[in-house]
Amino acid sequence: MTELAQDKMTTLREFMAEVSNKDYAESYLIAVLHKTQELFGYVPRQVMDEASEALQIPTAHIWGVATFYHYFNLEPIGRHTISVCMGTACYVKGATQVLDVLKKELGVEVGKTTEDRLFTLQEARCLGACGIAPVIMIDDKIYGELDAKKTVEIINQYRKAAAESRKV
Amino acid sequence: MSQMITITINGKDYRVEPNQTVMQAADTLGFKIPRLCYHPKLSIEGACRVCIVEVEGQRNFVASCAFPVSDGMKIKTNTHALRRARRDIVELIIDNHPMDCHTCERDGNCELQRLAASMGIRARHFAGERKRYEEDLSSEAVIRNPEKCILCGRCVRMCSEIQQVHNLTQAHRGFQTVVMPAYDLPMAESVCTACGQCINVCPTAAFVEKNYTQELFEQLNDPERVKVVQFAPSVRAAIGEAFGLPIGQNMEGQLIAALRKLGFDYVFDTQFGADLTIMEEANEFLERLQNKGTLPMITSCSSAWMKCLEQFYPDLIDNVSTCKSPMSMQGAMIKTYFADKMGIDPTKICSAAAMCCTAKKYEAERPELMFDGMRGVDVVVTTREIAWMIKSAGIDFVNIQPEKADHPLGLSSGAGAIFGATGGVMEAAIRTAYELYTGQTLVDIEVEGVRGLKGIKEGSLTMDGQEIRVAVAHGLGNACKLLEVVRQDPQRYHFIEIMGCPGGCVGGGGQPYAAINTIPLDDKALKKRAQALYDLDRGKTIRRSHDNPDVQKLYKEFLQHPLSSVSHKYLHTHYKAKLPKGIIPKEAKKIEVTQ
Ligand code: SF4
Ligand code: SF4
Ligand code: SF4
Ligand code: FES
Ligand code: FES
Repeated sequence: MTELAQDKMTTLREFMAEVSNKDYAESYLIAVLHKTQELFGYVPRQVMDEASEALQIPTAHIWGVATFYHYFNLEPIGRHTISVCMGTACYVKGATQVLDVLKKELGVEVGKTTEDRLFTLQEARCLGACGIAPVIMIDDKIYGELDAKKTVEIINQYRKAAAESRKV
Repeated sequence: MSQMITITINGKDYRVEPNQTVMQAADTLGFKIPRLCYHPKLSIEGACRVCIVEVEGQRNFVASCAFPVSDGMKIKTNTHALRRARRDIVELIIDNHPMDCHTCERDGNCELQRLAASMGIRARHFAGERKRYEEDLSSEAVIRNPEKCILCGRCVRMCSEIQQVHNLTQAHRGFQTVVMPAYDLPMAESVCTACGQCINVCPTAAFVEKNYTQELFEQLNDPERVKVVQFAPSVRAAIGEAFGLPIGQNMEGQLIAALRKLGFDYVFDTQFGADLTIMEEANEFLERLQNKGTLPMITSCSSAWMKCLEQFYPDLIDNVSTCKSPMSMQGAMIKTYFADKMGIDPTKICSAAAMCCTAKKYEAERPELMFDGMRGVDVVVTTREIAWMIKSAGIDFVNIQPEKADHPLGLSSGAGAIFGATGGVMEAAIRTAYELYTGQTLVDIEVEGVRGLKGIKEGSLTMDGQEIRVAVAHGLGNACKLLEVVRQDPQRYHFIEIMGCPGGCVGGGGQPYAAINTIPLDDKALKKRAQALYDLDRGKTIRRSHDNPDVQKLYKEFLQHPLSSVSHKYLHTHYKAKLPKGIIPKEAKKIEVTQ
């Protein structure tokens, strides 16, 4: 397992120690998971193990909660997050095809990260750009009026940029 | 008693107790409302909605397992609309299910089959996308097959509420929901204790034991092998159920005869191993008592409890007896003492065991229990598996002429028999320890205080003026409460018996599935199985382990004396803390033992 940044871990441990002294420490589980995701961008297993000890909650319960909410990432996220809009307008204009192309091109399912850690694929509700549906958002940049070809081209731009930045 | 109330079911008035659910009230009145996720020993989940009824004034059908009765309530259980709705619910479950019944382990014993049949489902209407998952074959004992899971949640509640192991959860949501251990770990790497209680309560084949019947049939057909088998006390008390016999019939003689017909050359009785365990364990206890060793001493024969100990209670490892289980002691004696006596090469022996337990499969594999580079037991099959083998081999189990076990590892005392019921090991140990310590005969050998199905039982006896306080817990959830007492007040007890399964081995994870019109782990059934063992004890002239002449002979010819170096080599072991570490939630550890 990758070593988690020590300072972030310390912040989290302090937070867990604080809530574990309260009555019904279990009810702070979601708060701990939120804090974790805020700090690390995802919820690492090592943190769930520590939360289990700190709050005296079996890991299976924590796992049940963490997997129940789509909000929690259970794997480290990639450098870029691709959100595919599945809102009504995009859906009608072929968001499913865009999503399928992305899944195929990246070789991952929704919620997963590519092996090279470059992209994490996610679904989103209406991104407020229905006029140019179907739409995807990469990090905070919107791309619209997509078809299969255009989608692949955009992905390749990011790949190229990443390859370039590795060279220097 | 509280004021009775009146409810109407299907147009007829009934006087019933308040403070119960519609289902409970209906049960007492002869209405068996169909159900799936409900189990009387578990919390109410209300998930399956198979148990719906119509209640006047309610807009929708209500789940009778979760809906309380009230005075004047008008209930209907069998209207046309209800029957259709209920059938649709079950059909939807089935349409997400493999339905390969004729090749399924639960065929003929499956609650889903029974339910579908009772709904009159004859065709599939909603067949759509079906979930597909890999089977988890990692564990030596418990196989998880999520494809067959219908998400009733009984296993999760069993594992958490009764066993307090908290190994399982319903992860993800909606169509993606899967019952799994934390982090989707393989069962073999999880905190699973292999107790098999999830198997007992699962209505389908989503949890089953790892099946060794084919391997055993192969071994039985191998002319090079000397085939030796032993069988646990509780197997004889329950195997009849698998053949449609009433619960609680002792089938010892029939089982021995059937095992011989299956092709075993020697049939031994694990009750002999139990007597041997008592010889070692009672002496170990007295040694600790006299030499200020670690007390309380806790029994070590339950394999699920041993795994629980290593993961949940590493701080109590020194308290646990170093004795191996009766099965493993017997296995060690088969490959050494017996092999030597008969001039058989021990590596040629196939040492099989028919056990009420799934965790014994795991135990048989443990490297800690090996000696001279060998395993004591090579193949473990459950009561269910051995029953199937007997049926499959075409043996008329019900009408077979009873036979007796072989020497020199077949004779047992009554104390060995009662090992199968909660409190039995304690009672057997007391019978021997008392006499060894005081030199006097214990007159009243039936120790009523440690019998029965109360979760935690306490008692005390006086040996030469010294008070010995004992406690007994069955089911790992009860054990965790008792062990919390021990952690807080280590002086409170001298000797503790823990059995991993509810009711002790009679309620083991490998016992026959609940027959039609019964439910898994019903207290009445557990009591009847236990009674069969207590009756067996009463019927014997030898009722104390140290009076077993074959055990005495074994010490004379091979082991020398209890706790000798030979004994230590073959009959004792040591356990170590193991990962992943188990966590028991605070509220489960609240102590309920009364003074
Ligand atoms: S679990 Fe039951 S319904 Fe499902 S395939 Fe097996 S026997 Fe059939
Ligand atoms: S075998 Fe026992 S401990 Fe393991 S998952 Fe099943 S109920 Fe839980
Ligand atoms: S595995 Fe069995 S007991 Fe557990 S939820 Fe699925 S069907 Fe129910
Ligand atoms: S529906 Fe996709 S941007 Fe509005
Ligand atoms: S049995 Fe009542 S909801 Fe499942």
